[in-house]
Amino acid sequence: MSEPLLDAQSLRKSFGRTEALRGASLSVATGEVVAITGPSGSGKSTLFLCAAGVLRPESGRVTYNGQLLDDLDEADRSRLRRRDFGLVLQFGQLVPELTAVQNVALPLLLDRHDKAESFTAARGWLERLDALDLADARPGEMSGGESQRVAIARALVSGPRVIFADEPTGALDTVNSERVLQVLLQVARETSASLVLVTHENRVAAAADREVVLRDGCNEQHVDA
Amino acid sequence: MCTVWTMAIGHVLLGILERGAAHGYDLKRIHDERFPSAKPLAFGQVYTTLAKLAKDDLVEVAETHQGGGPERTTYAITEAGAESLREWLAATESAGPYTADELVRKTVTSLLRGTDTRAFLQRQRNTHLAVMRDLVAAQVDATTAAASIEIDHTIFHLDADLRWLETAAERVAADRTRTA
Repeated sequence: MSEPLLDAQSLRKSFGRTEALRGASLSVATGEVVAITGPSGSGKSTLFLCAAGVLRPESGRVTYNGQLLDDLDEADRSRLRRRDFGLVLQFGQLVPELTAVQNVALPLLLDRHDKAESFTAARGWLERLDALDLADARPGEMSGGESQRVAIARALVSGPRVIFADEPTGALDTVNSERVLQVLLQVARETSASLVLVTHENRVAAAADREVVLRDGCNEQHVDA
Repeated sequence: MCTVWTMAIGHVLLGILERGAAHGYDLKRIHDERFPSAKPLAFGQVYTTLAKLAKDDLVEVAETHQGGGPERTTYAITEAGAESLREWLAATESAGPYTADELVRKTVTSLLRGTDTRAFLQRQRNTHLAVMRDLVAAQVDATTAAASIEIDHTIFHLDADLRWLETAAERVAADRTRTA
């Protein structure tokens, strides 16, 4: 494999006495779709959050585009997450007080983009995700599938190079799950973005180019098909 | 078991004939199009089934055409056939039993003789995932609800197998920890 765009090596991370990661690794090439799978409590989400620069591992290294994330201060890490990474979490995690279009525009507004342009871009992504009619709705007024599409629009509005999605279809029925997965795959393909999916769903894992299986905070030994 | 399967094929053919009379070749073609994940019907199987349906008065010969080529018999569904089809569609199917297949036998045998079962289970998962990948792609291309439903059925069964493989790997890992 050529130089990975994102490379997390030998990560260790504990929460209290619980060792969530015990040397887990994850490499992602440009445009690659990688599924992180494994049983509950195997460290999938912790690896995902460390790789996305949300959590700091106690040891090991995470590099993005050749840059060691540990060398960045908190402001630079936040900027990186807003500009280069797009995060989709299982339950959308939208800001409940804001409308859909305000939620989607938020990363651009935080990055001090022009207000009108930010809202135009937000509406464009909502339209793309077949959710423009939800523009003025608040998260409490949306179904699970609708808020997940809005959350995806928000993750994509900055044109991320890596899309991180933690159980993006976990709360959805089969048909909505298929729809959300296809949107993520299609956008990743069209924009040459990498896509990192945490999932316990085999359908989602099957859609990935490669599967990284975790068990007890470590990578399951790789077995060729 | 064989009789049940033959009758299911018979009723599928009745379902096709209910939309209009057809000859054996068309029945085979339509069946194979409707059920792409099923084994394609052999011509012999179609004609044997039609003969049985005719004997039971569920279909009748509508027309026999003999041109330059082989004789072609067109079959039509009878009123008794339509009634039998309605009964078949209304009756629920039994849930299982799910007998141990080759995969289960191999895993259990491997575990009991101390082979590296986890590596086998992971390889098997990769094989299942590859088929799942093709089906998920086929699902995206499916244009009708009937086609989607047919693909869903295989996907859900594969998914059940994959969950079983994951659980088996879990149990093997737990067993190894316990006996270490």
